[in-house]
Amino acid sequence: MSDSDQLSHDLECRHVTKSFGDFIAVKDVSFTVPKGSFFSILGPSGCGKTTIMRMIAGFLDTSSGDILIKGRSVLDVAPNRRPVNMVFQHLALFPMMDVAGNIGYGLRRRGLPGPEIAKKVGAVLERVGLPDAGPKNINQLSGGQKQRVAIARCMVLDPDVLLLDEPLGALDLKLRDHMKVELKKLQSQFDTTFVYITHDQSEALVMSDQIAVMNKGEFEQVGTAHQLYYDPATAFVAGFVGDSNRWRGKIQTRNAKGAKVSATDGLAILAGPISQPLSKGDDVDIFVRPESIVISFDAKGVGKFDNNLQGTVEAVLFNGANSRTLVRETATGTQVDVALPQTGEFAELTPGTEVHLGWGRAQARCFAASDDVGVI
Amino acid sequence: MAAGRKLGVLLLMAPLLLWLSTLIIIPHINMFMLSLSEKVDVRVYETGIANYMAFVEEPLYWNTFGRTAIMSIAATFLTLLIGFPVAYYIAKIAKGRLRATLFLLCLVPFWVSELVRTFGWMILLRESGILSGFLQWSGLVSGPVEFLYNDAAIMVGLVYTSMLFMVVPLVTTLDSLDDSMIEAGYDLGGSGYSILREVVIPHAMPGIVSGCIVVFMLSLGNYLTPVLLGGKDSLWFTEQIYAQFITRFNWEQGSAFGFLLLLLSSLIVWAGLKLSGQSLSKTMG
Repeated sequence: MSDSDQLSHDLECRHVTKSFGDFIAVKDVSFTVPKGSFFSILGPSGCGKTTIMRMIAGFLDTSSGDILIKGRSVLDVAPNRRPVNMVFQHLALFPMMDVAGNIGYGLRRRGLPGPEIAKKVGAVLERVGLPDAGPKNINQLSGGQKQRVAIARCMVLDPDVLLLDEPLGALDLKLRDHMKVELKKLQSQFDTTFVYITHDQSEALVMSDQIAVMNKGEFEQVGTAHQLYYDPATAFVAGFVGDSNRWRGKIQTRNAKGAKVSATDGLAILAGPISQPLSKGDDVDIFVRPESIVISFDAKGVGKFDNNLQGTVEAVLFNGANSRTLVRETATGTQVDVALPQTGEFAELTPGTEVHLGWGRAQARCFAASDDVGVI
Repeated sequence: MAAGRKLGVLLLMAPLLLWLSTLIIIPHINMFMLSLSEKVDVRVYETGIANYMAFVEEPLYWNTFGRTAIMSIAATFLTLLIGFPVAYYIAKIAKGRLRATLFLLCLVPFWVSELVRTFGWMILLRESGILSGFLQWSGLVSGPVEFLYNDAAIMVGLVYTSMLFMVVPLVTTLDSLDDSMIEAGYDLGGSGYSILREVVIPHAMPGIVSGCIVVFMLSLGNYLTPVLLGGKDSLWFTEQIYAQFITRFNWEQGSAFGFLLLLLSSLIVWAGLKLSGQSLSKTMG
């Protein structure tokens, strides 16, 4: 790797492993985060994402591997000297100081003169949209304002990498949705590399340039939100990111275009191109997203698809734009979760209606069977 | 209905009111009256401030008074200095079993009476005691050394006696400090010292102040430790009070001294609260 390559990465982890006794929390994880990008680590709780973050911040030592910031190893740099700052899960603002005191804390540690600290604190408060908050007490702030102060407290130090440890977890839903957009805006405004960890896929999908899906201490897949959603690499990613109908089955025939799978409940499914080395007789999991299934009142409407089946509407789950229907397939009795198109055609759908479903083979993702899939 | 509720409140308050009035307010009023009466002849008393004047006019009295205050303040600071790292270790560093054990170790000395504990120190420190014997055995000194009957011995005894009362409130407040607050301090470039000064101590201030108040009161009002470890030169103000009440049978003078001590402790606690910027309700609540 050349020097210019290294310098375009703000953060690089090389074969990082962390074990606590016999338990391996992080297993041989390698990734690079390009300068100025928003990188998320997404995974269920206990998957090791917090351990990675604490190793980058310097609160934990690595068992093996290397962590580089701007091309330089930071393993023997103490946490208070690393060019990274962290926004903690519960923010960890100092209640014994006012807002300006909190933001100025790091600058005071650097020995900056008072007037310069005041100037920088004022400037950063302006940037996060709280110009008058300086003399306020921490518990006078709302949840969203605390969030912004916590980010300002780090950003005023101009770190190479900002780490965020599920900082939106404590907020209510509406505010969380608002802060997602805000965070993304702040990131592009400050033009700093953000590493964000979360178990909430919508946070990761909305904000990130790159997402790493993590499970049991290992990265399952690293890619853009689009890649993870439409082109998952493993059964875990397919199940964890977005919703899916899932069938367990066996490969009947296998060719270049994909495979014919017979599910345990009797349904025969044509699945699309398969990236994993699977052959006839292998146990597989099939994932089909509710929104990639076409629903129609007559058989002609879905005739052109590789998979089509007939069933009865069992329930309509109204949820505005995300409304769904559960369809019971006639021949095998398997239940299919289908997204309802919002064109008005299905507005009056009632349970008991006969419908036809269809989807192309490319929409049916096929992976080696795994009991460890991220569906809850 | 309203009357019934009033009666209910009164009955619920009764034990508290009874305790306050019989054990605190009435004896103090009595003491105050007593301190203001001068003995002019056998069984003839007049109201006046002669007992307080006696305090002002006799240097031994107010010297002892000042010495007691200064020694108590010093004992309080020493206890805080030793107790803070202990409390920090118990609250923030020790985990699980070790934590419980350490806490128990702080408590263990209080299973025996103060008298026995003080005698324990005497066994260690006296001329023929263990410390002196060890120094002679190791050849560091040639003859027996007396460690008892000086100010240092009093200080050791006072600090030892009050340690628990400092450690408990400190552990409680330090426990409530979120670990991520300390980590955030490091993360933002703080050193151990600056985090202690700007984050940990401000957070622990209510605990520090309430621990100091308790330890100061205990030291100021202590009788056994100064007498036993300090000997006859200890000059502790409580000894003067004891001497007036018991030896000289001068209850009027003793009451006046008692009131002066109450005044002194209130004044110093008030000054301490003002200096640390705390209020009594904040530290006790």
